[in-house]
Amino acid sequence: MTDEIRHEWPLYEVFVRAKRGLNHVHVGSLRAADHEMALHHARDLYTRRNEGVSIWVVRSDDVAASSPGDKEAFFAPSGDKMYRHPTYYAIPDSVPHI
Amino acid sequence: MSFDDAYEALTDHADDSRWAYGTGFADPLAGVDTAVPDGADRAELAAYCLMLGDDALIMSHRLQQWVTRLPELEDELAIANIALDLLGQARLLFARAAEVEGAGRDEDAYAFLRAEGEFRNVRLTERADADFAHLVARLLAFATWRLALLDRLTASADPVLAAVAAKGVKEVTYHRDYAAQWVVRLGDGTGLSHERMQAATDAVTPLLAELFVPHETELRLVRAGVAVDPAATREEFDDVWARVLAAATLRPFPPAASAGEAPAEAGPEAGPAGGLEAGADGGLDGGLGAGPARGLDGGLGAGPAGGLGAGLGAGLGAGLGAGADAGAGGRHGVHTAAMAEILAELQGVARSVPGGVW
Amino acid sequence: MNDEQTFADTIAKDQRVEPRDWMPEAYRRTMIRQVAQHAHSEIIGMQPEGEWITRAPSLRRKAILLAKVQDEAGHGLYLYSAAETLGADRGDLTRRLIEGRQKYSSIFNYPTLSFADVGVIGWLVDGAAICNQVPLCRSSYGPYGRAMIRICKEESFHQRQGYELLMTMMGGTPAQREMVQDAVDRWWWPSLMMFGPPDDQSPNSAQSMAWKIKRHSNDELRQRFVDMSVPQAEALGVTLPDPELSWNAERGHYDFGTPDWDELKRVISGDGPCNAQRIAHRRKADEDGAWVREAAAAHAARKAGTRS
Repeated sequence: MTDEIRHEWPLYEVFVRAKRGLNHVHVGSLRAADHEMALHHARDLYTRRNEGVSIWVVRSDDVAASSPGDKEAFFAPSGDKMYRHPTYYAIPDSVPHI
Repeated sequence: MSFDDAYEALTDHADDSRWAYGTGFADPLAGVDTAVPDGADRAELAAYCLMLGDDALIMSHRLQQWVTRLPELEDELAIANIALDLLGQARLLFARAAEVEGAGRDEDAYAFLRAEGEFRNVRLTERADADFAHLVARLLAFATWRLALLDRLTASADPVLAAVAAKGVKEVTYHRDYAAQWVVRLGDGTGLSHERMQAATDAVTPLLAELFVPHETELRLVRAGVAVDPAATREEFDDVWARVLAAATLRPFPPAASAGEAPAEAGPEAGPAGGLEAGADGGLDGGLGAGPARGLDGGLGAGPAGGLGAGLGAGLGAGLGAGADAGAGGRHGVHTAAMAEILAELQGVARSVPGGVW
Repeated sequence: MNDEQTFADTIAKDQRVEPRDWMPEAYRRTMIRQVAQHAHSEIIGMQPEGEWITRAPSLRRKAILLAKVQDEAGHGLYLYSAAETLGADRGDLTRRLIEGRQKYSSIFNYPTLSFADVGVIGWLVDGAAICNQVPLCRSSYGPYGRAMIRICKEESFHQRQGYELLMTMMGGTPAQREMVQDAVDRWWWPSLMMFGPPDDQSPNSAQSMAWKIKRHSNDELRQRFVDMSVPQAEALGVTLPDPELSWNAERGHYDFGTPDWDELKRVISGDGPCNAQRIAHRRKADEDGAWVREAAAAHAARKAGTRS
């Protein structure tokens, strides 16, 4: 929190793909001096119990995030576009395979 | 008061697949033929399993001593993982030794009830680490050597050893990588870390010669297609060691050391292991009292206490022209002073409760 | 809705507060304090059991204990990582710990005197921890709740391995049974104290309950723990060292004696059997590792420099 401790290792965010066919999921963060170390540490910390087949690490300060204050502007506009969802369309139950 | 089902409540769905939590564990020996291969002597095969198992057990013990003392929490995880991997390898190898020996001993009998002279680990594994640089130097040496061994052992005529080796290769590849990265970081880090890393690799160097000296049991099992001749790993070892040290901007090991002689400088912090008797050229004084507990020729199967304190000279590998260290190293049960300390710690509780079950 | 209303609304709807949301400064501070104390407890908690890894009397127990102590390091990391989402810095938190400015669970200031302690810590200490932690999976702060889910899942083996060790030892020699009873005698009361002071003396509880940082009161959780533990002790064949322990049919709960709250205060304020030792150990590891961390940072900076 203060400047004198900046020689400490930077924070990395860790994403793990649990098995093939699934997305990488954010699982937490850790500290490491460089990318190689971050990968090693992620493997040791977040896959101790066989939880992964692939790991991504990214410097936390490199993540650009939407701001909670922009929530309305970012996410509300998609809220009324029901026609993007299959349940919007009424099809009789008697029609198969659709 | 009712307790919520916490997991479900928070994820809002009971879908564990996101984590693949604890799935896919496999028995490394499933479906493996356990018969002793033709041409291999049961006693010698058991002895060989103990050699490789003891290396893993004692190295793991030294790593366990680092737990709660590491430079960063992430390294607590890493070193514990490596220690667990090696402990697992030791247990598989002890299980194979027990099966082949058929004398009713189990993994715990090997770990807790043998005397110092019966342990066959190389002395590199015994050494106490004066600091983190010594730890990673020793781990680099050990993992590089063991990886080269296990890699070749996957072709063993003993299917169990081959399977244990195949599992071990994956583990030790990571160990070597972890150690190599640290050696490079410290060697090419700050002035202080460079100095300490250099002292550490220098201190480990005299212990390397022993790794490549075959025991007569190993040689006989090499001929049966079961074992790996450690001398055959030398080239790969030297190549990896030299490359890592170069990347770390460290002075490569003095050529003299490869002949088993002590280098001029052994590093200021030789550590509690002290008196490493580098290249002890056959001198056995270090192992007095312990002595090779049992000549490997003497037949296993003699039961747990068999031939304890059988005296110096029994089963020594002299005369095989194996090199300067022949007969004087850990493979013959001759250890450094550090080994007594390790065994006191390792075996103390187990021995203090006769008949105890855990 | 303004920020404050949005926050209150989130809490009221039992939704989670996430890192970049606005939150009252007091909520943030309380959360950092709680998560950091929890993280410190995991890390300091490695020590009492860690002392027995190299001495474990069977290879199976050695592997189990090593994996367990490793988990504790991992849990500490998950929690520090949750604290960092609140703007805290792990290095800073560690300094607060070793300077005595932040606390950790007082239970770890008691010594481990025999291998049976490993079993009793698993059974009672981890059992008490689970009682405390399962409700925390629903903590209002998202990253903390998620860390707790992972921790609770992983800890489910911790309590079982402890109980299994004790069952095995109770089936062993008379000396082993004595070891187990002795360990139970020493750890029972400190375990009850893990739930904190009685509700009427717990200053921060009310606000934490309102914010849904905490979900149940100290006394509720303590009662729950006693109710769970008594039948387990009977199955094990050990006696819990409390003459007042008896079933109260009317309440549907066990009545039990009063822990020595003065002792708890002493231990929390730094006067327990092992406080100094635990902190000194952590401080030494941190200080001994400083040159290593600096070297890695220097190396990384050099590499980054040559790359660009």
